[in-house]
Amino acid sequence: MSPSPETRNALTALMAEYGMTIDEDRLEDWVELFDERCDYRVVTRENVEQGLPNVLMWCDNKDMLRDRIDSYRNVNEYNPHYDRHVLGPLRFTSEDAGVWSFDLSYSLFQTTLEGESRLFSVGRYAVEAVFRKDKPLLRSVRVIADTGQIPSLLATPI
Amino acid sequence: MSSADIAWARNDYSRVPYRVHHDEEIYALEMERIFRGPAWSYLCLEAEIPKPGDYRTTWVGDTPVIVSRDKQGAIHAFVNRCSHRGAMIIRELRGNAERLVCLYHRWCYSNSGELTGLPFRQGLKGEGGMPKDFDMKAVSPRKLKVENLSGMLFGTFQPEKAEPLEKYLGEFGVGIVKRFLNRPIRILGYSRQKIHGNWKLYAENLRDTYHASLLHEFFVTYGVDRATQKGGVRMDGRHRHNMNHAYAASDTQDDAKQAYADTAARLDRMQLKDKKLLSFKNEFSDGMNLAAPTFFPNALLIQINNSIGTRQIRPKGPDAHEVFQTLFCYADDDEAMVRHRLLSANLVGPAGFVSMEDGEAIEVVQRATRAERDGACAVIEMGGRGAVKDETHRVTESPIRGFWSYWAELMGVEAPGGIR
Repeated sequence: MSPSPETRNALTALMAEYGMTIDEDRLEDWVELFDERCDYRVVTRENVEQGLPNVLMWCDNKDMLRDRIDSYRNVNEYNPHYDRHVLGPLRFTSEDAGVWSFDLSYSLFQTTLEGESRLFSVGRYAVEAVFRKDKPLLRSVRVIADTGQIPSLLATPI
Repeated sequence: MSSADIAWARNDYSRVPYRVHHDEEIYALEMERIFRGPAWSYLCLEAEIPKPGDYRTTWVGDTPVIVSRDKQGAIHAFVNRCSHRGAMIIRELRGNAERLVCLYHRWCYSNSGELTGLPFRQGLKGEGGMPKDFDMKAVSPRKLKVENLSGMLFGTFQPEKAEPLEKYLGEFGVGIVKRFLNRPIRILGYSRQKIHGNWKLYAENLRDTYHASLLHEFFVTYGVDRATQKGGVRMDGRHRHNMNHAYAASDTQDDAKQAYADTAARLDRMQLKDKKLLSFKNEFSDGMNLAAPTFFPNALLIQINNSIGTRQIRPKGPDAHEVFQTLFCYADDDEAMVRHRLLSANLVGPAGFVSMEDGEAIEVVQRATRAERDGACAVIEMGGRGAVKDETHRVTESPIRGFWSYWAELMGVEAPGGIR
């Protein structure tokens, strides 16, 4: 199952782009990293370990992702902040009919407009990705947050 | 004069000094006179401890508490602190055990919270050990009296002073708990949010139906809930509990456009691409799509469309609190309904389309009022001054004044001639 160096590089670059699009407030570009058929959800380790399905955010298709970002841009109020993702290396777990499964650790820091930073969330991404005409796309991202106690509120995707 | 004394500017609590959200002495007294006093606090749901030996940990104010079920099936609640030297007995969130053992010196407790044994009590080879007349019962952890209302567990530290639970909640309170818990439920999971603001700002927020459709613009933009819908506020006789509520599809788009001139343009422009988030299966005979009954001091039942759950306020010092949300479904829900409820959970919780704002609103109040140690006050007059009463509209924040009236009573700081 070991991925070729090209595959590994392409999927590593995809995840780097995932973090950077959020950190650079290019959330519309972040949505475009997903396949048309996709699933994004934020769950907590506390629930996962108890076998409970609760979600903090769940978009089960790309339109719901678009709605999330649209609402964030135009409707919701939240704490103005900068995000900064620090990502770990990819650990590949399987490849099945062109769907690559891997996971990686993340740390997400938030910084206020006055420059005060805090650790916002730490956890793991469980990812499924596919290639369309050599372009890697996200089929499923499950954010499993160790940080089950959300500081303040969760507006931007993790 | 103690800093906990309050010179209320008005006897109807339409002015509330900001320092009540910052003062350490007031906070300590709240823990003593409210949370460890005669109020009934929400503990957890019975469905979380279904089997004999099940336990889960919770908080009453900032006191750690174990809720457990004994072998006979009876439910107990007691302070999660070893009688010996004060260690937390149970550190896990939940579990099942025949006896509960403190890690420090292995003192043992029954599921009903009695100290039942301790190592080396008789000493070794005739040396050491506890005094012969050591009374285990006398030092057992402090207990709460527990009442189970349709599967929602409440506890009080001062049953001798507390009203019976059903009287405390009032007719409306008992009725609305039974509405939410009308048949067996299943826990879908938890969410937690640490809000850096005083717990009472959250209690106020829950009684403030005025903010709902203004701060939470998602409500208005996508027509989930608007002040133009039929609805209102309903309280118990003492005005300490309140329910903001609204009836589904009871207004028109034109009503809304007139009322929300600022956002009217958006009503036409903004549409969800995937509308299933807004779909509401009318499952209660009263037709409400939004119901948020809140019970003094720490509980909320919440229904937004088909997302249903409880919230518990856990104070963490004067400057912070955790909002602990338990989402549930009914045991007889089919798979599609459970999925629908989980997708509806996008509306509520720390990332909720119609709830994330509260965290920010409360934090900016806490930040902007921190320096206040004298007379600066919140102005609470929307809906009128004077007596507090139920309303069939939602352009009001008078239930907040009801909260302060009862808070002042328990704290022993009522305004002279204060309304109740």
